[in-house]
Amino acid sequence: MDKIVKLWAKYSAVFLSGLGGTLWISAVTVLCGTLLGMLVALMRMGRCKALNTLSDIYIEVLRGTPILLQLYFFWIGLPKIVPFELSDTACIVVALVINSSAYVSEIIRAGINAVDKGQWEAAKSIGLSNTHVMTRVILPQAVKNILPALGNEFISTVKGTSLASVFFVGELMTSYKSVQSATFLALQSLTIVGVIYFMLNFLLSKLLKLLERRLMVSD
Amino acid sequence: MTNEILRVENLKKSFGKLEVLKGATTAIRQGEVVSVIGPSGGGKSTFLRCLNLLEQPTEGRIYFKGQDITQKNLDICQYRRKIGMVFQSFNVFPHMSVLENITLAPILEKKIPKAQATEEAMALLGRVGLTDKADEYPRKLSGGQKQRLSIVRALAMRPEVMLFDEPTSALDPEMVKEVLGVIGDLAKSGMTIVIVTHEMAFARKISDRVLFISDGVIKEEGSPDVMFTCPRDPSTIRFLSMVL
Repeated sequence: MDKIVKLWAKYSAVFLSGLGGTLWISAVTVLCGTLLGMLVALMRMGRCKALNTLSDIYIEVLRGTPILLQLYFFWIGLPKIVPFELSDTACIVVALVINSSAYVSEIIRAGINAVDKGQWEAAKSIGLSNTHVMTRVILPQAVKNILPALGNEFISTVKGTSLASVFFVGELMTSYKSVQSATFLALQSLTIVGVIYFMLNFLLSKLLKLLERRLMVSD
Repeated sequence: MTNEILRVENLKKSFGKLEVLKGATTAIRQGEVVSVIGPSGGGKSTFLRCLNLLEQPTEGRIYFKGQDITQKNLDICQYRRKIGMVFQSFNVFPHMSVLENITLAPILEKKIPKAQATEEAMALLGRVGLTDKADEYPRKLSGGQKQRLSIVRALAMRPEVMLFDEPTSALDPEMVKEVLGVIGDLAKSGMTIVIVTHEMAFARKISDRVLFISDGVIKEEGSPDVMFTCPRDPSTIRFLSMVL
């Protein structure tokens, strides 16, 4: 305990900068992953057969291979195919976003499919345009199905960013590695990093619960 | 006939290999109240759902005031605004208040100002005795109240035809009357109505004409008095002897 306190006193800046890295990588992944996931869900559910198949393959491949393999794949492959310089961090973030989008798209699709078929029919029967059927009737109800699962996905995204430490991208798990190699206090630094991860996710899950409760007002 | 509002010609609908409608032909006049009766699975609901294109007919034509609505380039949303529909399972929007349920489509699709849409919605709610529920969410309504709301939601678009798909089949017995009362009032007001129902007494009372649909075809049609007292088709006789 004593050692942990001392370690924190000396290396707090390293841990905090690691936390900063985790925060921004998570934020970008969650945001872009969700947006991309929506797009994939739309492609998956739309009327175009080619896009249906394409998005299906996308989802299956990303869910069927380990995330660490995907990180390696993008870390090695991406700089080779883009015509400009790409940092390790950028490659890893792109991989995380793409991985997350596959899971998010399935969550969104399941949430939309769970809305009663009668709601679609009623919305169409009063003459709503396809866009309004979706935005005013289906999505507001689907959000209630989507949000809890999406919250879990966010939390697992935050934890997933720790894999970026394999490539020494500046995030929380990387800061553990730095401190550990400088001090050889492995357990103590792990404990500190673990507590930070826990507090972060605990806060996130409480926030999402709050949001969920506000959306449940009409039920 | 000049005051014909809907004409159905040789309407067929298949789901995969199953042919549910096998060629229905009839015409509905402006202000007419038509009841559709018949055994379950006979194609009554499919017939009704084709009328507002919730099901695309596989074959045949439907004309609304002379315009073919089965043609490819028709604006389906535009057409549906003229046809109201009430479902067996109410399908009110649970995430909106009673008032919002009603004003949603008029405001969005007819660009009616919110104040005016609200005023019209309140008048409609008054007609069905739900004025005090305007700000409630549907979860607080009984089945009968939900169905009255769904009727009013359809009426808010000022449709020219109202379709009812077994509107009382999902209701508790004590609530059937209040919903039938609203539909009866609507019939008296001159609205064109097509109603699929198992309420034979009600069908007999309000209808100008009764269609008997079985095995995907209109087996027999006629005035309610004739249909219920001396039906000719053997399947109509058999059906009525079982339900009356």
